[in-house]
Amino acid sequence: MKMVRGTLGMIALSWMTVAQARVQDMPGGPGVNQLNLHTGVTPIARDIYSLHWMMLIICTLIFIGVFGVMLYSIVRHRKDRGYKAAKFEEHLGLELTWTVIPFLIIIGMAIPATRTVVAMKDTTSADLTIKATGYQWKWGYEYLDGPATGVHFLSNLATPQDQIDGKAPVSNTYLMEVDQPMVVPVNQKVRVVLTAADVIHAWMVPELGVKQDAIPGFLRDTWFRADKPGTYRGQCAELCGKNHAYMPIVVEVKSQEDYAKWAADQKAAMLAATEDPNKTWSKDELLAKGRQVFATNCVACHQANGQGIPGTFPALNGDTKFVLAPMQGQIETVLNGHPGTAMAAFRDQLSDTQIASVITYTRNAWDNVGKGPDPVVQPSDVKALR
Amino acid sequence: MSSVTVDHIPPHAGHDEHAHHVPRGWRRWVFATNHKDIGTMYLIFSFCMLMEGGTLALLLRTELFEPGIQFFQPELFNQFTTMHGLIMIFGAIMPAFVGFANWMIPLQIGASDMAFARMNNFSFWLLPVGAILLTASFFVPGGANASGWTMYAPLSLQMGPGMDFAIFAVHILGASSIMGAINIIVTILNMRAPGMTLMKMPLFCWSWLVTAYLLLAVMPVLAAAVTMLLTDRHFGTHFFNAAGGGDPVLYQHVFWFFGHPEVYIMILPAFGMVSQIVPTFARKRLFGYASMVYAICAIAILSFLVWAHHMFTTGMPVTAQLFFMYGTMLISIPTGVKVFNWTATMWRGSMTFETPMLFAIGFIFVFTIGGFTGLVLAVAPIDIQVQDTYYVVAHFHYVLVAGSLFALFGATYYWLPKWCGHMYDERLGKWHFWMTMISFNITFFPMHFLGLAGMPRRYADYAAQFTDFHQIATIGAFWFGLSQLLFAYIVIKAFRGHGAPAPANPWEGAEGLEWTVPSPAPYHTFVTPPQYEASH
Repeated sequence: MKMVRGTLGMIALSWMTVAQARVQDMPGGPGVNQLNLHTGVTPIARDIYSLHWMMLIICTLIFIGVFGVMLYSIVRHRKDRGYKAAKFEEHLGLELTWTVIPFLIIIGMAIPATRTVVAMKDTTSADLTIKATGYQWKWGYEYLDGPATGVHFLSNLATPQDQIDGKAPVSNTYLMEVDQPMVVPVNQKVRVVLTAADVIHAWMVPELGVKQDAIPGFLRDTWFRADKPGTYRGQCAELCGKNHAYMPIVVEVKSQEDYAKWAADQKAAMLAATEDPNKTWSKDELLAKGRQVFATNCVACHQANGQGIPGTFPALNGDTKFVLAPMQGQIETVLNGHPGTAMAAFRDQLSDTQIASVITYTRNAWDNVGKGPDPVVQPSDVKALR
Repeated sequence: MSSVTVDHIPPHAGHDEHAHHVPRGWRRWVFATNHKDIGTMYLIFSFCMLMEGGTLALLLRTELFEPGIQFFQPELFNQFTTMHGLIMIFGAIMPAFVGFANWMIPLQIGASDMAFARMNNFSFWLLPVGAILLTASFFVPGGANASGWTMYAPLSLQMGPGMDFAIFAVHILGASSIMGAINIIVTILNMRAPGMTLMKMPLFCWSWLVTAYLLLAVMPVLAAAVTMLLTDRHFGTHFFNAAGGGDPVLYQHVFWFFGHPEVYIMILPAFGMVSQIVPTFARKRLFGYASMVYAICAIAILSFLVWAHHMFTTGMPVTAQLFFMYGTMLISIPTGVKVFNWTATMWRGSMTFETPMLFAIGFIFVFTIGGFTGLVLAVAPIDIQVQDTYYVVAHFHYVLVAGSLFALFGATYYWLPKWCGHMYDERLGKWHFWMTMISFNITFFPMHFLGLAGMPRRYADYAAQFTDFHQIATIGAFWFGLSQLLFAYIVIKAFRGHGAPAPANPWEGAEGLEWTVPSPAPYHTFVTPPQYEASH
């Protein structure tokens, strides 16, 4: 017996050590085997945290009360102990009591909850407004005011495909890391205006106490005021199709100075990246750029081998309708999307150069090389059809 | 105490000789008009669907054993989650309750059969059609519907033909439910035995009467919602497309106006069952019969006023948020009354703990946990944190599995002797209860923690920090699933005649007309209505 217990203990201990060596708490994300809500870095998140404790304590007390009585009854009032059944079947006073008292308890719960609801919905007098757009399957951010006015970028999952496929060990921030996070200043009221380009997504960051659906064609808003610099992570919380699990949200809260510096850097970088849409590119330049654009925007559906997923996402390899056809149809498809399918309109997401390069890439990748008309598409061609 | 007198009908005293003829072979089932045969078919059908939906759940849990994608790509995983939900709700839980209604309502109210026997046949035979449509949709191009059982637009507009299969299946299953509901209402209101006033009716009948009205009210709403999806998909309408003047959130409002009463459609009959079982094994009348009836009605009425608590994160105005929060919290009052009344029924009873009683107490215990998490979710700010996370998954499995399914198991053991004339194996029944109870909690309790920590639902893949709880849940799920094979074995064993022959009333404390007819119940019962003389 002692030996069995010892062996079990050893196994449990070694398993826990292995588990702990593998993963640690994710900074700004979930802890290992976290049991409760995130404590939060905004007043709202902390309010929610304490509301939850209040509810948990009240519910547990009632639970213990009711099931204490029931357990006593189960132990004492049983036939095999010779207990004879009593004959009461109604008691107006008792029945009124356990209707009225719960009502009073609920009023007690509703008062603090109401305060928090009203505070959460107050998105007025924000210091900074950022527009977040949900795409299948990434987030786009655009700074509408403040020092970073006009800065906009897409925020893609940064986890390598190898980790998802089990070819590499998963990292500590697996699925909750992005190539370019949203950056905000500390202690400022940040209003996030949300919409979506295709289907409904939801923007959730538990540490900030924020979750808001992003609805295509409509604007909704929410707000937060983080009082602690750091990186805070969340994920899409509304089923949005195949890669629902692969569009995380990362928010970096920086000090005022760091935020101003970040804004200036972003603006300078955007200026430097401005391209002349009339420039004529070489085929190799377009192919190199197009491969990158394809890898971040198209590969999820059309797959790296261009085969798509039969019945769901069409193949580009050997496609004679758009890819191995005159360029106009393909350019219009990429610009405007296919309504009613997962094919998004990339008009506002990608520049003329990016669209030209990715189209050129699909016309020269896989088995498509040398097959169709218009093997090279220039940014000016895209601009002409916008 | 009450007394029940029944005018016993001699076996051959019918008014018409062929009314006592039992059809043989396949015709008995295909052309069935007998409420007992149709009830049996409903129950067998729903158990098959429980197995299908359960298999899908185990496939989900298999993929979720570890982070990363091991077995099923996300697009297939999403099909599994969607079809698990649709099959369990429309294929398993709802038809199982209708099966019980068919078998037991005529026996409990002393009616000879359901009011519309041929419509009863039709409403059953629509079910396999719907089930085949749902199952076949996996094999059409693009696979099954992968937009979740809620089928939110515009995601559902992107789906392939599998979505159209789901839409037609929902139409067909909805038509079946509406016919079933009409049948139940007409039967209960018109065919009660002389002396059985509404307020003397067994609570199972009461709960089904209210449920049937809910079904009538909301199934057409669901049909409207999915029809709008269909026309948006194929006929150029723009109900849910902002570019054409529509609104995606409109779908959610219409859907949840159906969806919230639907939740009570799946739990009210369970309340009725537990209210039959607890007094029987406590050997004491149900405490607060009248307040139980009022509580059921109150829950049903409130269920029409709280639908948008499923939509707190869509961004409603603050007044709407508060209205739906208060309304939802109010529902806990009548629900609490029911739990208090069951406890008071047990108080100073003379209890024994056969399998039906174990499932009934298990129901009250675990359902109450689900009720409390429902109250936590009603608080809008907390809901904002945990909406669409595993906390919600834990919550609705506590009320739908531990609630509806446990009550169905308990009621099966309770009425099985009446159906097949033999007692089930009590020892195996208790094993089934404890295995189910323990494995259920192993599966779903850790999901509360996952949800609080921010693990979103409908994810094929997750951060490594969530691994341990997912692994515990997967182990529990397999244990839970396999335990149900034991249930099938116990029921089949009793039906094959293994087990002590059951007397007309196998339970010492049971009351009601169903226990006045022999076990197994003869093919035709109460051809002449009995006189019912109970105090309620």
